[in-house]
Amino acid sequence: MKHLKKQTRLCVYGITFLFLAGWVSAQNLLVKNGTILTVTQGTITNGDVLVLDGIIQKIGQNIQAPDHVRIIDATGKYVIPGIIDSHSHIALSGTNESGETISSEVRMRDVLNAEDPSIYTAITGGVTMTHTMHGSGNPIGGENVVIKTKWGKTAEEMVIDEAFRTLKFALGENPKQANQFESRTSPRYPQSRMGVNAIIRREFLKAKNYMEQWERYEKARRSKKGAKHLIPPRKDLKMEALVAMLKGEMYARCHTYRADETLEFIKLSKEFGFKIICFEHAWEAYKIAKEIAEENIGISIFADNWAYKVEAAEGIAYNAGYCTKQGVLVSINSDSSERIRRLFNDAAKSMKYGGLTADEALKLVTINPAIQLGVEKIVGSLEVGKHGDMAIFNEPPMSAYARCDMTIIEGEVYFDRTQYLKERQEIEKKNKAKEIEKKNKTRGGE
Amino acid sequence: MMSKKSLMGLIILLLGVGFLFSGDDPSQIIAIKGATLVPVTGEDIPGGTIIIKDGLIEDIGIGVTIPPGAKIIDASGLFVYPGMIDSNCTLGLYEIGSVRATIDNRETGDINPQVKAVEALRPESMHIPIARSNGITTALVVPSGGLVSGQSGLIRLSGWTPDEMVIKETVVMHIELPGMGRSRRRSPTQEDQTASKKFVELKELFRKARVYQKQKLAAAKDIQQALPEFDEKLEFMSPVLDGELPVVLSVHSEQDILDAIQFVESEGIKAIFFGVSEGWRVADEIKESGIPVIIGSLYAMPSKWEDGYDVLYRNPAVLHEAGVRFAFSSQSASLAKDLPYHAAKAAAFGLDKREALKGVTLYPAQILGLEDKLGSLERGKIANIVLADGDILELRTTIKHVFIDGKETDLSSVYTELIEKYKKRIQ
Repeated sequence: MKHLKKQTRLCVYGITFLFLAGWVSAQNLLVKNGTILTVTQGTITNGDVLVLDGIIQKIGQNIQAPDHVRIIDATGKYVIPGIIDSHSHIALSGTNESGETISSEVRMRDVLNAEDPSIYTAITGGVTMTHTMHGSGNPIGGENVVIKTKWGKTAEEMVIDEAFRTLKFALGENPKQANQFESRTSPRYPQSRMGVNAIIRREFLKAKNYMEQWERYEKARRSKKGAKHLIPPRKDLKMEALVAMLKGEMYARCHTYRADETLEFIKLSKEFGFKIICFEHAWEAYKIAKEIAEENIGISIFADNWAYKVEAAEGIAYNAGYCTKQGVLVSINSDSSERIRRLFNDAAKSMKYGGLTADEALKLVTINPAIQLGVEKIVGSLEVGKHGDMAIFNEPPMSAYARCDMTIIEGEVYFDRTQYLKERQEIEKKNKAKEIEKKNKTRGGE
Repeated sequence: MMSKKSLMGLIILLLGVGFLFSGDDPSQIIAIKGATLVPVTGEDIPGGTIIIKDGLIEDIGIGVTIPPGAKIIDASGLFVYPGMIDSNCTLGLYEIGSVRATIDNRETGDINPQVKAVEALRPESMHIPIARSNGITTALVVPSGGLVSGQSGLIRLSGWTPDEMVIKETVVMHIELPGMGRSRRRSPTQEDQTASKKFVELKELFRKARVYQKQKLAAAKDIQQALPEFDEKLEFMSPVLDGELPVVLSVHSEQDILDAIQFVESEGIKAIFFGVSEGWRVADEIKESGIPVIIGSLYAMPSKWEDGYDVLYRNPAVLHEAGVRFAFSSQSASLAKDLPYHAAKAAAFGLDKREALKGVTLYPAQILGLEDKLGSLERGKIANIVLADGDILELRTTIKHVFIDGKETDLSSVYTELIEKYKKRIQ
């Protein structure tokens, strides 16, 4: 090597290092001999999935393991694409910017908290990706963010930039503070559904005006007459978010319960030409399944968490299955760090209430939320070229007896129940030893 | 000879009388045949028959003689289970969470032995038919709040009035000690103080109640003895003191459970534990005490991160292995229908599947002292029977028929009513 120039030598070292890094990379693995539920391309029994550099390379039977690739024995187990939770509030240091009624300028990406234990809770339930959102305290909340539940990594490493940009909207009891005591002594506008609609309209009208100001400025600047000394309009981050929506760069994800307010919001979106990608909760979607399907808007809903407030009192468990059959793109979400552990159970409920098959039910927490989030090219099903995100279960995932035993994100194992049980055993041993020590000490003291 | 008119009148009269005596006749005999019977006690009976008469299970087995005049239900391909029993719920006491006017399970104040959950029962609650149509036929309705919350009662999930629903008005006295809370910042000593204060309070209440009871007894024997002034709290605590009325003690932490065992033994009362989140730590001690356990909703998060993500899920299996008698509960009204899935979740984390089934049938009946009437398919027991197209603990199973007290019940609910209503919109 000495005869080479210094530069060339460095190149060689660099390439060797990268090669070695790939060689021992944790993003390669071969899942062997499981029942592979691809979601979009059928089910393979005694199937294998090969992941290299975090991407699925091969799916089939009897795949030869390349050298130095970790082998995961999935014999007797069921392998599904990593579960996607289309609506949660995990990994955030805050949920609602409640200091203001309109907070379109805030971004959940700015408050990601990689140390939230709920991320771990999520992976114990097979969840590999979530759309973590602003709350429903404001008619217009903030910009949401999609993350992978890469427990142990930094927040920035979790962010998925490929996802649609989405802005949180909320209708009904929450933004109008119907269930809050304070609203009676110091009410904040809006306190009614008409005010909620009016304030959203107001903001979009302001945004149009803002957009027009900037367009005029840009036009004037491009013209030849003395444009250089023009003062630009003031930049307004609240308005920027709404302009992004008017330009189709960001979509609405709107929290709604009552069928009437859902329909009114669709009208509002047409008034200004912005796109609603999904309605959140939509407990009365079954009443207007026709309209929602026609508008090509998805719904991100619960299986059966209902009756906690008046607008949820007609939220029936048939919602998911029935709307699916009417052609609506339905995902089941958790909106909870408790329910996130059992999204697969919630999806299964649509078999009983709604008559979906097990395969159709599995879509509600895999490919459907992926499509809603704009990431179906990289996740949501097990296909060559997609990310190696998987969850491995001990029983068919739609069974009430199913348990997630392993969660893999981009070819890296983030949750391994076998490992967890080993660690628990060691902890119990240590604890018992400590207890015995304690007892001996106290006895000795007598 | 009768005129045509009188003849018509007579025919109509006879038809009417005949109509009166058909259909809802409680003494009608029903035979369910061709199904796989799951009695819970003993082996499954494939191709079996079960006979219902006068609201009870008259006969069960293979090749059982079907009495003449019996209504026959061909249940081929189906599974027959005993109706499930929820050991802690708020069915009938809760409608819509944010509307206080619809919630009646919680009183104000610390000591309320006088309140009876069943006296606030709303039979029209929309949550009852939903739970019933998922195979739950009996439930213990439980008051909450304070230290002594009140009297829990047992209801059947059918009936137009509270009287028609109530099986037993007062089954247990419900006492709640502080839970473990979710704050990891709370130091253990601070936690223990709160709970141990409550034990002191409870001991004092029991002491006063015993004094009161003694005074009353003395006064009953001797007219010259002073009759104690009526004391509501002490009066209603009385049946608990000698073990006549069992107490359900809601306890969670290891230390609280140990303290509770000591309390129960020193007071000489009959007890059942509820919750026992850390029961797995002291399973042997619980077994030794002979105190059975009602598991709380498994839709709860572990309080202590360091105990592991599955600590509540594996708790029932650990308790069962140590020989502790257990039962499951929904702790809900709006999700009471999920009772079987709590059992299945425990089965996913180590509990034998058949034990899980017992945890929602036989074991609650035993724990609540109603084993002679409920909890399994056996001759002489109440005919609370569920016909399902699969394992009732499974999520995809559809319940086809539910019998309560031998009568077939309506499986419609606000769920089915609303979906039928809106299906019409697209027709």
